Amino acid sequence: MTLMKEPDLGTPAVAGEATVTVEIDGMPMTVPPGTSVMRAAAMTGIDIPKLCATDSLDAFGSCRLCLVEIDGRKGTPASCTTPVADGMKVRTQTPRVEKLRQGVMELYISDHPLDCLTCSANGDCELQDMSGVVGLRQVRYGYEGENHLDLLTDSSNPYFDFDASKCIACSRCVRACGEIQGTFALTIEGRGFESKVSAGGVDFMDSECVSCGACVQACPTATLQEKSVVELGMPTRSVVTTCAYCGVGCSFKAEMRGDQLVRMVPYKDGGANEGHSCVKGRFAFGYATHPDRELEPMIRESITDEWQVVDWDTAIEHTARKLLEVQAQHGPGSIGGITSSRTTNEEVYVVQKMVRAAFGNNNVDTCARVCHSPTGYGLKQTFGTSAGTQDFKSVAEADVIVVIGANPTDAHPVFASRMKKRIREGAKLIVLDPRTIDLVRSPHIQAQHHLRLQPGTNVAVVNAFAHVVVTEGLVDQDFVDARCEGFEEWAEFIARPENSPEATEAISGVPADELRAAARLYATGGNAAIYYGLGVTEHSQGSTMVMGMANLAMATGNIGRDGVGVNPLRGQNNVQGSCDMGSFPHELSGYRHVSDEAVREVFETLWGRPILPEPGLRIPNMFDAAIDGTFRALFVQGEDIAQSDPNTKHVTAALAAMDLVVVQDLFINETAKFAHVFLPGTSFLEKDGTFTNAERRINRVRPVMAPKTGMHEWEIPCRIAQAMGYEMSYDNPSEIMDEIAAVTPTFAGVSFEKLDKLGSVQWPCNDAAPTGTPIMHVDGFVRGKGAFVPTTFVPTDERSTRKYPLILTTGRILSQYNVGAQTRRTANVAWHPEDVLEIHPHDAEVRGIENGDMVSLASRVGETSLKAVISDRMPVGVVYTTFHHPVTGANVVTTENSDWATNCPEYKVTAVQVGLRTPAGPAQDVARQDIPMAVD
Amino acid sequence: MTHAVNPQVRLANEIAVQFHHRPTDEAAAAIAQHIKLFWDPRMKADLLRRAETEAASLDPLVLRAVTHLRP
Repeated sequence: MTLMKEPDLGTPAVAGEATVTVEIDGMPMTVPPGTSVMRAAAMTGIDIPKLCATDSLDAFGSCRLCLVEIDGRKGTPASCTTPVADGMKVRTQTPRVEKLRQGVMELYISDHPLDCLTCSANGDCELQDMSGVVGLRQVRYGYEGENHLDLLTDSSNPYFDFDASKCIACSRCVRACGEIQGTFALTIEGRGFESKVSAGGVDFMDSECVSCGACVQACPTATLQEKSVVELGMPTRSVVTTCAYCGVGCSFKAEMRGDQLVRMVPYKDGGANEGHSCVKGRFAFGYATHPDRELEPMIRESITDEWQVVDWDTAIEHTARKLLEVQAQHGPGSIGGITSSRTTNEEVYVVQKMVRAAFGNNNVDTCARVCHSPTGYGLKQTFGTSAGTQDFKSVAEADVIVVIGANPTDAHPVFASRMKKRIREGAKLIVLDPRTIDLVRSPHIQAQHHLRLQPGTNVAVVNAFAHVVVTEGLVDQDFVDARCEGFEEWAEFIARPENSPEATEAISGVPADELRAAARLYATGGNAAIYYGLGVTEHSQGSTMVMGMANLAMATGNIGRDGVGVNPLRGQNNVQGSCDMGSFPHELSGYRHVSDEAVREVFETLWGRPILPEPGLRIPNMFDAAIDGTFRALFVQGEDIAQSDPNTKHVTAALAAMDLVVVQDLFINETAKFAHVFLPGTSFLEKDGTFTNAERRINRVRPVMAPKTGMHEWEIPCRIAQAMGYEMSYDNPSEIMDEIAAVTPTFAGVSFEKLDKLGSVQWPCNDAAPTGTPIMHVDGFVRGKGAFVPTTFVPTDERSTRKYPLILTTGRILSQYNVGAQTRRTANVAWHPEDVLEIHPHDAEVRGIENGDMVSLASRVGETSLKAVISDRMPVGVVYTTFHHPVTGANVVTTENSDWATNCPEYKVTAVQVGLRTPAGPAQDVARQDIPMAVD
Repeated sequence: MTHAVNPQVRLANEIAVQFHHRPTDEAAAAIAQHIKLFWDPRMKADLLRRAETEAASLDPLVLRAVTHLRP
């Protein structure tokens, strides 16, 4: 339930042509077959009373409030469960149905607390509304009979309460948990009068609930209510904006009281999420006003000095002067910058412009370097551009879903819900992952094939898939002949015996028979879609693997229509955008190489400065050059490289070696400990701009409050550039987007005005596609013909040894996000207060490790300590941890190994040893961690 | 902790390994092209220096590629 009401037509839309005409209270309406009478009525402007119906859920027909009369039919059918029929005449207001509705309401109200004036949902309660709508004037049964008014409130969840005394047992929460979220944590326990909503017989916190908020959203009363609303009261205004967390890019209504954010409510018209949310976007926004947040600029001469608070003018002048001094002493290439995927397109664009135009070099890189840079390389080589091929909706048309190196239920939970819905409808699922992630087996989900490959063997496995396709005659030859090039050479390569499943079994550990079955399913099961994550990219052959997946999709014709494609699941909310904006040192915006003279001329003409034709330093190269002494100053925008980047000792040695480190962030993060200038950034609630999500959807980020720092983040690089002698100014961020559109062909049609009008667009958006491009490569690839690229498997140098016999792989967990700077400053720590090491029972047993013991985790570059969690979700020989907490320092042990093409770190393969450090005492508690459980 | 092997040597060798299956001349040209497209000039210069002074540490394909990178 939400105060800022969006239209609710009662039941979901039905796809298809409107061919059925009905008459409702004398008003004609034509709708697609299968549409409910309730929805058809709502489309004519007639709202039939309802309680258990809402258009985000399938019709249920339990509340009996939506009864209508239909000419020629007996009785009073529920309009939510009755489909229209041609010529049907419906009457929604008759003495008969009015009397029935009043009777139903009397029963509800006779067992409901009559505390409306003090209820937290006062003014936002459908039960209250419906009492008025049906004209309830009396409750003949009184209030003294048997009732549920003494039921207790479950306040265990940090974000919402469950007040059972106000429950009307409409099942909307139960259905939302199942139909929308796909978790099935809730049920109706008991029968008849004893029926009650239950989180599986335990409180919400100890249940399977993932706190996505779908139940709270669906609840028509105050039964499930945000604690913030209970504490603060109902919001009074609403601003549609975009989530600051993962690459799904959910649209939310930020609901406010004055300048105080009361709650975030998922927006039904949001193209990415269509009204759904996860625990992070829905509830974990408290970091924006956390006391740790720095709001004033600070400087210091040495990193051992105390910070000195200064005003903005002083900070800007100081930063510019220091940058110029470094350049004067060490040359123009001695400074550079890093852009962030947590900032807007406009904020990213001005940083890379500052580097290229004011710094006069190409030493700009983005944090996508350490996550999806191989996607950029691999998809550009094969398809012609760095872009996921589909929109999220496309998964609803997939018949076979292949998830490779991704854990969507934790890292991209709102998209995972879409995916799970399609799987429940019958789509087949293939999972390639060393770990038994939740998707492999969860309520109503069972992967047809879980290929539990050894870390580091992705390319061997994808080659074996393709080998089956080519050698068993499963190639879509018409597609290949018409749309692709290089097939013959590639097919000859892939058909070699060394690429057969039988040959790769010894390398990957994937049984040949199962791989063959999975490959056949992918090639012949209908629309087949690949979704992948950092388990693909963060390898020494990350780029090769991306090309391998692209080869596979082209060979089977699974490109260019709904339900297919190759889809990177981007980690942070604006990974796609930060890459689009020219953040890579070799590319200007729109993925155009700096060596292209015609492209450089466009920028040089507009910017009035020459652009160097050779690439600048990538992030790992910056670190190496810093230690080498040729790179001396770094501007870091919203990224904590000292925590997130691999081989922490190497990173911190590089930072310590620099003359000047400038950090622009919300908090004094790990990197800021090495900084000489701290420039406070703005939270997403203060930003005005755009984010681009993993489906290339450009969404508006709208400010709900003024910058708490006194300066918009996009203004900071502009002012530094000005202070360095380069004129760079804008009146507002829409002017920045206008400049982006002017220099970037794929953004040529994008403007704030268009985004405000359409809601969002997916690039390319230009004259050829004025409202955007949901599906790419429909009639041809961006590069013309799709290119097959041979992908020889080359094992990583990182091997398990006698000294380091286990392989560590890292990732994230549902309740936390990236380095945890945001989520650690919210109540989400209730689920994940510390990083833990997941280890297989056998590996634990031979080391004498028990659940909850403190263990040492050591690699050839470093050592750290953390708690062990024994889990048979792990294969023998592989351990796993997250990197959300700096105290753990997971990246202390990860190495300098990287993707050969892009230098994306090989986070997913580190040879380690694990040893018992301190046995767990009885008081040590790991029970509330998101502990992986056995699945069989 | 810093790396024992020079970064440019390590990175070039890592690229070369990916091209071992290709004919030598083709592989060398591809490696050189990759380095031209993605490496900062100071990295290329360092690689060229090391090809002179510590050729033994470089993959033979890198040494072939270097001939394409010399001005």
